[in-house]
Amino acid sequence: MKKTSTSVLPAGGALGDEPLLAVDDLHVEFVTRQGVVKAVNGVSYSLNPGETLAVLGESGSGKSVTAQAIMGILDMPPARIPRGEVRFRGTDLLRLPEDARSQVRGQRVAMIFQDALSALNPVFTVGSQIGEMFRVHRGASRRDAEKKAVELMDRVRIPGARQRVHDYPHQFSGGMRQRIMIAMSIALDPEVLIADEPTTALDVTVQAQIMELLAELQRESNMGLILITHDLGVVADVADKIAVMYGGRIVENALVHDIYRAPAHPYTKGLLDSIPRVDQKGQELYAIKGMPPNLLAMPSGCAFHPRCPYRQDNCVTEAPPLYEIGPTRSSACHYWREVLDGSHG
Amino acid sequence: MAATGEPILEVRDLVKHFPLNQGIIMRKQIGAIKAVDGVSFDLRRGETLGIVGESGCGKSTLAKLLMALERPTSGSVKINGREIAQARGGELKRVRRNIQMVMQDPYTSLNPRMTVGDIIGEPYEIHQEVAPKGDRRRKVQELLEVVGLNPDHINRYPHQFSGGQRQRIGIARGLALQPEIIVCDEPVSALDVSIQAQVINLLERLQNEFDLAYIFIAHDLSVVRHISDRVGVMYLGKMVELGKDTEIYDRPAHPYTQALLSAVPVPDPDGRERRERIILQGDPPSPANPPSGCRFRTRCWKAQEICAEQEPLLQIRPGTAHASACHFAETHDVVHV
Amino acid sequence: MSDTLAPAARRARHGKPARPPKPPRAASLWSDAWHDLRRRPLFISSAVLIGIFLIMSVFPWLFTSVDPFDAASCQLADARKGMSGAHWFGTDNLGCDVYARTIYGARNSIVVGVTTTVVTALVGGLLGLVAGFKGGAVDTLFSRVTEIFFAIPSILGALLILAVFRTGNVWTVMLALAVLTWPMTFRIMRAAVITAKSQDYVVAARALGASAPRLMFRHILPNAIAPVIVVATINLGGFIAAEAGLSFLGVGLRSPDISWGLMISDARERFLEAPGPLLFPALFLSLTVLAFIMLGDAVRDALDPKLR
Repeated sequence: MKKTSTSVLPAGGALGDEPLLAVDDLHVEFVTRQGVVKAVNGVSYSLNPGETLAVLGESGSGKSVTAQAIMGILDMPPARIPRGEVRFRGTDLLRLPEDARSQVRGQRVAMIFQDALSALNPVFTVGSQIGEMFRVHRGASRRDAEKKAVELMDRVRIPGARQRVHDYPHQFSGGMRQRIMIAMSIALDPEVLIADEPTTALDVTVQAQIMELLAELQRESNMGLILITHDLGVVADVADKIAVMYGGRIVENALVHDIYRAPAHPYTKGLLDSIPRVDQKGQELYAIKGMPPNLLAMPSGCAFHPRCPYRQDNCVTEAPPLYEIGPTRSSACHYWREVLDGSHG
Repeated sequence: MAATGEPILEVRDLVKHFPLNQGIIMRKQIGAIKAVDGVSFDLRRGETLGIVGESGCGKSTLAKLLMALERPTSGSVKINGREIAQARGGELKRVRRNIQMVMQDPYTSLNPRMTVGDIIGEPYEIHQEVAPKGDRRRKVQELLEVVGLNPDHINRYPHQFSGGQRQRIGIARGLALQPEIIVCDEPVSALDVSIQAQVINLLERLQNEFDLAYIFIAHDLSVVRHISDRVGVMYLGKMVELGKDTEIYDRPAHPYTQALLSAVPVPDPDGRERRERIILQGDPPSPANPPSGCRFRTRCWKAQEICAEQEPLLQIRPGTAHASACHFAETHDVVHV
Repeated sequence: MSDTLAPAARRARHGKPARPPKPPRAASLWSDAWHDLRRRPLFISSAVLIGIFLIMSVFPWLFTSVDPFDAASCQLADARKGMSGAHWFGTDNLGCDVYARTIYGARNSIVVGVTTTVVTALVGGLLGLVAGFKGGAVDTLFSRVTEIFFAIPSILGALLILAVFRTGNVWTVMLALAVLTWPMTFRIMRAAVITAKSQDYVVAARALGASAPRLMFRHILPNAIAPVIVVATINLGGFIAAEAGLSFLGVGLRSPDISWGLMISDARERFLEAPGPLLFPALFLSLTVLAFIMLGDAVRDALDPKLR
């Protein structure tokens, strides 16, 4: 497929030192009646072509808000971005005018969501919804758009694509609907695909199908994939590197093998330790105590300190920076050395 | 978790078909959704039976049938030898004291306009004979303490609690009548990852303390393995495999169980490229029109002619020590969940 | 609050506590709502206003020494005078004192408004609760009946009902209004009940063995009543105005009865020359409606623990 974009953005090709997508010190706030909620507090991560970055976190950690800020689909207001950059091929998307931004959105950076049923319009056929991408962005005719839609449905392995192109979303199963969402998102050959909990609503056997499909599409087109999830299993299966988020911050950045072998942040360690293991049968599971922080009343210092077994006095007063602890690793814990040692032992 | 011999719950040939009707005035039945189609098992005192399966396999309908929230089309559910499936009125109310439930979503399962005290105390108002009136509030406070909540928060409303705490409130309500059986329908899947372990630990502690038997329905196979003594695997309204946890997880005999286990992502990236995965094609068929013979045959790599003609029964098959419903059952260690 | 387990909890045994805690005051939705209402400025101001209007309708002579039913109180010579020390709100077409008539008019207007509101809310609400909860044939029957009522144009229906009784008084007017408007309350209640009925907490209560009345009144009604309260308080103003409309058509209240509606319709023709006889009863009417809407809002909010 030929790119027809005539935008201010550099075309694809060699990147030099600049990553494909870089989020730099991003802050997102929501103005609510109860006060200003700081949902994202200085998040930085980067993605290269063909790479899979997993953003791991629980509800309220800011993982989805970050993705929405990258896509430019936050409602502003109530949201606002007081600081930070989202660089796509070196251009800060947050400073782009809206028309240039909409050339990026959906075409070069695309996104799929957890709930495919509500993301699809129930009154249009799936074929016309997939084809619309070509009609709007590429000026394709109705006939061509439908042909492209069938091709894409084949590509995401929907059986009988030619017959089913005229069906409506409710006529498909959950897994098939997620495939349709994926077909729409890859229609214009994006360079970055953001998948926000793409399999959370699906059964394990269907989840395996979808994850396999995403991996295959990624191999074919060398796109960068940001996988937002809370599932440590899925992450271990597909990710190259991981950013762990807690309370609107990144608390640990690492390559996938490093983090599972020896986590460097107490939160990551707690999550890994609380996975039931075969040899723990009949014993109490390790459980992180307490509960996730309330964004309206964040704990002082390190947001994790009320739940942390490694806590010292300075954790309550002093927010830890993201310490560089290796060429590809960082951890936002004052006592990352102790955590690392504990992980080995 | 010492399960003693006597079964306190006996389920036999349980069937639930939801009729599909057509027409408004002249209603005509044109078919049925076979949600649960001939399920049998026992549950012993103090034991945990895990039920796994994917959406549409009938596990939630099974929970409703056990709780007498739905009436079965046929079959029987006996609690301590008393039939619950056909019981009505006062008899049903009495049997219910022995079987309670913990629901999936702690945000919708608590009435937002009742205080925590009223929610946990409601079982005593419905079953007045369990606790005298003057005693109820104290009992509610004890229950709050038992599930790890502050008894002074008895006058608060559900929205003042976090998801994990709300699930504790739901568990306290389930404990109030001192049942012998608790049906847990996906009790942790709506909770944050860091909270799930807390609730699992609580459920295990309560089981030891009160000698409870659990039916633990979940889709997270590693959690089911951790908590269950025995596990049943359901597919399209049928139990396709039933055995001890080690038998199901280490020596699964039914192809569906093998596919299910192999599809679970393992939280360890080492060796992920070499891991064996059985990826099933397509989706489960509709329970309104299930395949003849073996229901799994349309997605099964072992299927032969006999599978379409003859329904495989859930029984112990040659080479295996536990029951499976496959003509070609063969144990195969897929993966360690 | 700590989410970890208190050591005491481990010691606690079913039925035999290690340390019996002291039970605090038992809270309930209604007692908490009342506790909360007494602190809301919105509730206090609306309650004071409603109180004044109620006293006005029961003891009008406390507010004025003029008796508007006494023919001698009206002097044609004084017709359409402006505001003065003798006539605070001026006089109307017949030279009667507008202030005294407005005070005495409160009784009929408020009785019609409040009674019709309460009757429609109770009848429509109760039937809606039963129909929504039971479903099936009961629901079908009630729903078809309300559809018949919806099909009748309301003015025509009221004319018909009042024509049957031949007399227009407070009671027949209320009857006509109530008969024609309960289906709306029914509809709203039924829809809210159907939504509430399928909630997990209702399923949980059923699993405990809760009886149908307990499910309806303890679980479903408190979660379904808010829209009915809102619509009822808005309707209240509509009823007072509708009474005026019927009076204008000559089938409602008739002179020498006094009501705000009658006063407004009487004063309309000469409104440009003498606005007072229309404006003052209209002002009182608006204040009454406002007070009840504020009351409804306050009660609705107080019944929602999330807004407290």
